Amino acid sequence: MPTTDEIRQRIEAAIPDARANVSDFTGGGDHFEATVISPAFAGLSRIQQHRMIYEIFGSEIGGPIHALALKTLTEEPND
Amino acid sequence: MTEQQPAEANTQIRDAVSAAISENSVLLFMKGTPEQPACGFSARTVGALQALNIRFAAIDVLPDQRIRQELSVLSNWPTIPQLFVNGELIGGCDIVMEMYQSGELAEVLGDGSEGPQSQVS
Repeated sequence: MPTTDEIRQRIEAAIPDARANVSDFTGGGDHFEATVISPAFAGLSRIQQHRMIYEIFGSEIGGPIHALALKTLTEEPND
Repeated sequence: MTEQQPAEANTQIRDAVSAAISENSVLLFMKGTPEQPACGFSARTVGALQALNIRFAAIDVLPDQRIRQELSVLSNWPTIPQLFVNGELIGGCDIVMEMYQSGELAEVLGDGSEGPQSQVS
């Protein structure tokens, strides 16, 4: 079963200059939520951005990773 | 369907999925039904469409796991729900909710919501 840290590391390793924040939103070890910030998302549609992340995990999505809710950003939001 | 060769049955399911996508201007593949969603992500997506008063067709992927398999092959998208508008994948729950909140969903659906509401299963 993947940990939040492992998911974060895999996303950051696969996507150039990515920073990811991953949480387990049910605490059950299979429903994750990730916010990923990377300049590599610039110019891509949301669908393409999310696909980049789904592709890292392949068939694990729907298997050991029951859900991976995603939010993708090209830069830090101003707040 | 049980009498057919698996490969042939899968092709039939893929054709049916593909036909449903082209025939329904707004189509949601989901777990459960709009009246009784079987998953929180599907429920939230239905909620966004209903909040905008959008007429949409819905297909429950749960009765046969091949529906989901063939859909994911066609759409190159691994998770359920999946919302299609005018034959194009708009996104799953996260994207639909983001677009709902930003008002983009209402825009995208502005000219795609006039089709007849139908329930396919």
